[in-house]
Formats: sequence, structure tokens, C-alpha cells
Amino acid sequence: MSETRYTEQHEWVRVDGDEGTIGITRYATEQLGDVVYVELPAVGKAIAKGAEGAVVESVKAASEVYAPVGGTVTAVNEALGGDPAKVNASPEEDGWFFKIKLTNAAEFAQLMTEAKYLDYVKGL
Amino acid sequence: MRFLPLTKDDRAAMLARIGVRDVNALFRDVPESAEAPLASFDLPDAKGELEVERILSRFAGRNMAAGDVPSFCGAGAYRHHVPAAVDHLIQRSEFLTSYTPYQPEIAQGTLQYLFEFQTQVALLTGMDVANASLYDGSTATAEAVLMAFRVTKRGKAIFSGGIHPHYAATTETIANLHGRVVRAPVAPGRVADLTAMIDEETACVIVQTPDVFGLIRDLKPVAEAAHAKGALLIAVVTEVVSLGLLEPPGAQGADIVVAEGQSIGNGLNFGGPYLGLFATREKFIRQMPGRLVGETTDAAGKRGYVLTLSTREQHIRRDKATSNICTNSGLCALAFTIHLSLLGEDGLVRLGASNHARASMLADKLVAIRGVSLLTPNFFNEFTLRLPRDAAEVVETLAARGILAGVPASRLMPANSGVRDLLIVAATETNTDEDCAAFAKALAEVLS
Amino acid sequence: MSELPTISGDRSLDHEEPLIFEIGRAGKTGVDLPDVKVTDARLGGLHRKGVIGLPGLSEPEVVRHYVRLSRNNYAIDAGLYPLGSCTMKHNPRLNEKMARLPGFADVHPLAPQSAAQGALALISELARWLTTLTGMPAVAMSPKAGAHGELCGILTIRAAVEARGEMRTRVLIPESAHGTNPATAAFAGFTVDEIKATPDGRVDLDSLRSKLGPDVAAFMLTNPNTCGLFERDIVEIAQLVHKAGAYFYCDGANFNAIAGRVRPGDLGVDAMHINLHKTFSTPHGGGGPGAGPVVLSERLAPFAPLPLLLLEKDGIRLVEDKSQAPAAAKPFGRMCAFHGQMGMFVRALSYMLSHGRDGIRQASEDAVLSANYILAGLKDVLHAPFEGPCMHEALFDDESLGVSTLDFAKAMIDEGYHPMTMYFPLVVHGAMLIEPTESESKESLDRFIHVLRAMALEAKAGRKERFEGAPRLAPRRRLDEVAASRKPVLRWKPELPKAAE
Repeated sequence: MSETRYTEQHEWVRVDGDEGTIGITRYATEQLGDVVYVELPAVGKAIAKGAEGAVVESVKAASEVYAPVGGTVTAVNEALGGDPAKVNASPEEDGWFFKIKLTNAAEFAQLMTEAKYLDYVKGL
Repeated sequence: MRFLPLTKDDRAAMLARIGVRDVNALFRDVPESAEAPLASFDLPDAKGELEVERILSRFAGRNMAAGDVPSFCGAGAYRHHVPAAVDHLIQRSEFLTSYTPYQPEIAQGTLQYLFEFQTQVALLTGMDVANASLYDGSTATAEAVLMAFRVTKRGKAIFSGGIHPHYAATTETIANLHGRVVRAPVAPGRVADLTAMIDEETACVIVQTPDVFGLIRDLKPVAEAAHAKGALLIAVVTEVVSLGLLEPPGAQGADIVVAEGQSIGNGLNFGGPYLGLFATREKFIRQMPGRLVGETTDAAGKRGYVLTLSTREQHIRRDKATSNICTNSGLCALAFTIHLSLLGEDGLVRLGASNHARASMLADKLVAIRGVSLLTPNFFNEFTLRLPRDAAEVVETLAARGILAGVPASRLMPANSGVRDLLIVAATETNTDEDCAAFAKALAEVLS
Repeated sequence: MSELPTISGDRSLDHEEPLIFEIGRAGKTGVDLPDVKVTDARLGGLHRKGVIGLPGLSEPEVVRHYVRLSRNNYAIDAGLYPLGSCTMKHNPRLNEKMARLPGFADVHPLAPQSAAQGALALISELARWLTTLTGMPAVAMSPKAGAHGELCGILTIRAAVEARGEMRTRVLIPESAHGTNPATAAFAGFTVDEIKATPDGRVDLDSLRSKLGPDVAAFMLTNPNTCGLFERDIVEIAQLVHKAGAYFYCDGANFNAIAGRVRPGDLGVDAMHINLHKTFSTPHGGGGPGAGPVVLSERLAPFAPLPLLLLEKDGIRLVEDKSQAPAAAKPFGRMCAFHGQMGMFVRALSYMLSHGRDGIRQASEDAVLSANYILAGLKDVLHAPFEGPCMHEALFDDESLGVSTLDFAKAMIDEGYHPMTMYFPLVVHGAMLIEPTESESKESLDRFIHVLRAMALEAKAGRKERFEGAPRLAPRRRLDEVAASRKPVLRWKPELPKAAE
């Protein structure tokens, strides 16, 4: 059974067992505008919680995407290379960035649930 | 004051509208202790145009212009003939006095010529893509090394011994902030095998061709050696006209090509402004420094051009930028692209051939002088001679006789006692038979 | 009534111009060069084998091509550029004439120094003007642009810190700074720490005090700052920075407000780059070349990069190598080949001689007067976030404007103006930074104010048609920058022969 949690930097992570899929939220894509490019991490790279995992670029800005939980990168979304618009069209499904194998499940529990995140966004 | 349109009445009316008594009120945030009275500046007051011309002409009159005497200086800056149309066109107001093309709707002139320029540079160097220019060849070399560090995630750069010393020094100044530079020994006229120096820490190998002594380098073996260890080959070209006659670095395995574009469209100008060319492979596009112009369409469906991939640049990425470059060399790039458009394929090939023929003829004349030998068996339009005496002294003596006899290697490597008798000589299509004969005659006299 | 399409696709003086690659053909040339045969004997086996692929055009075709391209460009010669922080002033043509004297334009950088004393003397004279105007003892002339000068200044500071044997890894920068400032500091190996602004747009001294420490190498400030305001506390700022053992770097982009009236050296600045293409009128040339000499304090002077210019008894000597430098000089390295942007030096000195100290001071006063005139004329219709007076540039934002800053700016294009600086500085929402410079007549300023007032009132009244989708009258409508970034096409490619169906 997978569950999705959120960060204040507008990243989401969907965890199933010890595998996590990470991307950015719809709110983030609305702020960013049309995504033109995503710089993805190398498979096999170890990323600590809060460290830079990817960079997402629009025409006018480039934003770091931080890892909501720490782990080792197991896969990246190659489809984004040819079609970065996927991130805008489906940020929380087809527009995922990378998958990791979690090192510490407790880090996931510290994140915001969907309800809490939606509340948080309302307050911005 | 001819450049200031506001009259006394204008200023009075404007102050009244603002609601202050005098202009000093507008400077009220300046601490009183910081206000400097006019008299405290030890500088002259305004001068009329005639007087300014006289003053500047006096400065100009104390320099030996290359066109006034037989002139054979090269070593990174080359005297070529620039057709009259070039200078005339670059002085059009819309080119000379326009700003960076950040508002593409009213800057298609600039954007289109830069797109054409990028294409020409890619074609000349045999690479996939080029940027809209950097400051000059030396800073382009430094930027290439930094790019290699980023791409390979390694920190060592190896310089071939034939690199222009100014280029090496400029690159070291910057590259040592992010990695380290290792220089192979200087061996004029010879090609050292760098293979042993290349290891798993090596991000790039940098080779200049033709090198600072004029020797044409075969890049293929170095490219193979570098690639075998996962390193990049950066080729440096200081005489871009050579690309009209020689195999381009892109066809020899270079990953990045940087060049000094001054030879085409731009005069000597005592060292600046010059023109940095930067070209690379498609896969490295997002790692390129500098401005890039891309093709797109507008809201009416018409083809147009824009600055693109700007997120690499300083005004957006700020502390994560690929470089801190702001300006390119705009007008120098325009002069280059116009001159190259006039030359075309045919013209550039002929220009390359005539340069080589002239230099070859001159080399033969000079080595016929007793005591003079040629160190560089292969060259484009520049070669190095060994003289029986200190080359700098010979150059000084010949300058007093009204001949600019080339660049003594010691000028570029003053701490290297092994190059004191070496003279680097360039000959281009601007050197006449009379020039060459006069040089040979005078050199023979001075050396006898 | 819709416009009748023309048969040609051109519209009177407005011509659509293809790429040279689409016009040119093999067998044509715009130069007449002799056909010289060469042997391969001395080419080391590297004679070019293939074609380059360059198009051939005759001279008339080349001239027409570039003339047509030029007509698609806005330029300061044609109209006002209200670009904050760019100082788009008139480019005197005398500068161009002087730069083209063969005694400057046709001199080789490595000619014997005895044959180039006039060039060295000119550089020295320009250096004297720069140090005198800024009240600083030394100047590094070689940087090729403002950003390059900034890097030079930061590297000089880095060298000075190292020479003291200290480890200072942080550089403090106001949050309102131009992007080159943090980019330069990071490039030079420092970590960047931001200083907050006060509600009145200036450096927050408490924020600065709290961030200063023994690990801070420098504080980088623009003065007047990027909001167009003079930093009142600058002397105290300099003292705080120096007390902490750090250096004070000043970004000289806005020097046009105070040249001839205030000397940065008197304020405690240690290093400042000067944009010759801003304050001293060298032409922007569609994006370059520029020049960015850096004035230096006594403490930083020994670390200035090569080459050094030494005034000696029997002439001026250019020191190009560390081995030839005087004992006290500790250059940190070299910023570029040769000696700097000589062509821009001639132009800048021509400007300085023409204006003189009195003209330079008057220019600064007129620049500040004109910006305040615009502020006074617009602040009841456009929101100005900071209480005036401003210096040489006036800042507005998009509060209650009714349209975005972007749409407002693009509509200015249809009105015949280049947009002002937009979305900078970042500390204000939808920033619009307007710098008229001293070379606009009062008539020009009045007209600009009149048009912008009317535009602002239209926007506020909700009549958005002229803004949304603007411009409509320029050679191109808005361009698709997203597509350009997603699938970059950075060059022309010859069409490949189509495959058989």
C-alpha cells in the first residue's frame, strides 16, 4: 500500500515498502511555469535527506529539488528528456523525477500528509 | 556642453516640478563629508572636438602602426585585410548603439546575425554547436577547462607545451579555483607525447594548433589518448584563418574548440577588443558558458530568434551559474560574421592558401641567411626561427630601422632562458614582396 | 478593417530577411582574392579534406542582408532606452573616429614597447582619470567587461586575504544585488550569505552586523543601490566591514549618478569595477564588447593582476610576467591575454576629454535630475515602493497596476519605446527600473512621461487589450521562449535529401 507525503519546498514522495518515487507538486509547477528541462541525478547516487536531487528549469528560473528522504537513486524518469512538458501536465504521476531506495523510513513519517500540505499551501 | 541637452531653463522647470530648490537637494542622502567639490578633482574641464582630436592624435602618433612599415608580428594577433564594407556596416546605428537582445521582438537584427555567426563558427571548427562569443580566445580557453571539470567531474587539466603563455596564465588564474593545471614542458618545434601525463584524474588535455611557435599539431593521437582515460580534448586556435586551409579540430576528435576570432573582421587594436569563439558537441549544450541564440516562432507563426538556455547564466542561476559572464563580444562577432559572409567558402580557402604561400616563401628567404634555422617544419602562416643572437635585441634593432620583425619568444616567456634566440615570425596576405625582401635584407645586415 | 496582405510578404520598408545560408550559393564571392596554389609539403598532412559549408555571396548581397537586419533593431540612436542599471547614454561618434586612428587600431599588442609608447601613455592617462574620479590610488585595466572586472576585484581580495594567512570563505551580498555578484563570489570559491534590506530599500545594518565575522572576506555593495537609492550609511558600512577584517567591494554599475561629485575611495571602498560601456559611453554594440577596469585601494593594489603599467624615467613599461614585476608587486595572475580593451580605452578617454570634470559632474547631476523628474511625473499613477528622492534611476512596481509588468513593458514596444528593466531588483514585486540618463532632452522626457501616464491609466481602468499579447507592431510578435529552451535549435543545418517514400 503506497502513501504520499509532502515537504514545504513542494516536493512529494510516494513510498511503497522501501522504494520512494519523488517529484514536485502541482503548486510548484504553477509557480514555475512551463518546464523546459529537468537535470536528473545519476542512478546509484546516494542523496541525503534535504540534499539536492534534481534541478528543474523554466525559461526564467532554475530551482533545486531536494530529496524529501535520504537514499540511493535506483531509477530516473528518462521520458522527461524528450518531453519536459510532462511535468506540467502530470506533476504527481507521469512527471515523476527519480526513484530511491530509502535508508531511513523514519524520515518519511516526519513529512506532511496530503491534508496537511494542502492546508499549508492555502496559507501561502 | 554638446552632449547634454538640458538647458538652464529646462533644469529650473524640472526642479520646480519635482518640488526642490536645487539639484543638491536630490543628493541629500550623500553624507556631507563625502561630497567632493569640483575643484578637488585634478582634471581638465571640457574640451571641444577639435582639441580632443589633437590630444588623441598625439598619443596615436607615438605608435608604430603595422600598416606603415613591414610588419611580421603574430603570436596570437594577426594583421589581415578587412574589406571596407565590414567597418561601414558595423557602424550602422542599429548595430553599434543597440543593447543586448533581451527584448527579442525589437532585436531580430542582432539575434539573427548571432544565429548566423553561431552556425559559421560550428562549420569552421567542425563541431555541432557554438555560442554567441566570449571575450577572447584566452578567457574562452579558461571557460572550456571549467566546463571540462563540470562535465567529467574531475579536477586536473593538462596543457601542451605549445600553448600561448598568456592563455596558460589566464586559464591557470581561473582554473586553479576549481581544480589544478599541469603544464607540459615547452619544446619549441617539437611535439611532446602527453599520453603518460593523462590519468583517471584528468578532466581535459588542451592543445593549441597551430601552436604558439607556429607548429601545426595533429590532434588525433592526443584525442585518442585523452578519450581512452575518459578525458576531453580541448583544441585552441589563435589564428582562425588557418581553418580555411587545415583540417578542423572537430574532424580530429576535439570535444571543445576555442579560438581567437580577431583575424576575421577585427583589427589589431593593441590587444582588444577581441573575440572568443567557443564550440562543442550537441551532448554538452547545457554545459556551455556564454550567450546562446536559438530559433523559434512568434505568436504569428513567423520564424524568429531568441536568447535561450539562459538559466545557465548568472542573472538567473546566480551562485550556481556556469560562469559569471554577462557580455559577449557583440560588435566584434558582427564584424567577424560580415567578413566571413563576404569571404564565403571560396574566399576563405583562397585566403588560407595565400597566407601559407606567403609565409612559406618568407621562411625560405630567411633561412637562407647564415646562422638562421627554421624550428617549425610544418606551419600555416607563422613559424619560429633560431637566430645566432638574442632575438629581442634583434627585434629592437630592426624596429629602430622601421621593421617590425616578429615577436621574440622571450617576450612571452621571459623566465625561460632556453628561448632567448627564438623569433616567432608571421606573414599574411598583407605582407608584400617588397616587405619580405626588406625584412630579409635588414635581418641579414643586422646578423652579419 | 484587417490589413491587406502583400504579395511579397514584405511591408514597405519592413523586409523579411532570410539567413545568409539561404541566400548564398557556391561559386559566388564578395572578395577578389588571388587563387594561390599551395603544396602540402609543410602542412603536416593536415590539409583540409572536406568543404567547410560556408555560403558565398557578392558584396551587394551582403550589404543588403545586413542593412535589412539592422532595420529590425531598436538602438539608442533611434530612441530612449529607460533601462535601469544599464546607463544607455548617447555614444559620441568622435569616439569611433578616434578609435579608428591607425596609431591605435593598427598597432600590434606585442610590437616592441618602444614602438607603442603612445598606446601605453593613453592607457596610463585613462587610468589617471579613473583613479582621480574615484579617489583610489591604483587601477587594474585589463578586465574585458563589468562582470570580468568584478571577478578581478574579488580575486584581488582573495589574494590579499591569503597573503595575510587567513581563512575567510564567506562573502556577504545584499538580497537586492544583481545576479553577477553572487555568481562571481561563488565562482571565486566563496560561499554567499545574503544581507536583508530595510523597508526603505537600503542595507539593514543589523543584518550586516550579525553576519560579519572573522570568516568573512568581503562585502559586495552597489552604490547607489539597485533600487536607485544612495546608501546613506555607507561610511558606517565600510567601517563595520573593515573592523571585521574584511574588504569592501563596490559594484560600479551605477557610477553615473555620482561621477565627478562623490569619490568611492572617500567612502571606504577597497575595490570597484567601472563599466566603461555604461558611465563612459562606449557603445553597447548589441551586447559587447565592454570594458571593466577595477580601481583598488592601497591595501589591495599590490595584488592587482598582470599586466602592470609602470611609469619610469625613460618611458612607460608594461610588465607582462611575474618575473619582471617589482618586488612589492604580488599579482594574483592574469585576467586575459594581452593588455585589455584598448579600443574601448580610446573611446572612454575621448568621452572624458570631451566632457571634462565639469561636464562629467554636470552629466551626473542631469542624470539624477531626469530620473527624479520621471519619478515626480509618474508616481501618482505607478506605484513607487520607496520614498524619493532617487538617484539616477527610479523604481516602480506592479502594485494595483492591473496588468503584469511584462505585459506593460511589451506594450511600450508598440508605443515606440524599449521596455525598462523588468523584474529587477528582486526585492520588489514586478519591478520596473527606469534610468533615462543625462542625454535625453526635456522634450523626450516629457513625451515619455506622457505616454507612460496614459498607459498606466489605461491599465488601471481595466482596458487590457493593448497590453495582453503585445507587441503587435514590432517586426516580431512575442516569441516562444519555452519551445526554444525545450528543443534548442542553435544553428542552421543544410536540409538532408528526403528519403524515398
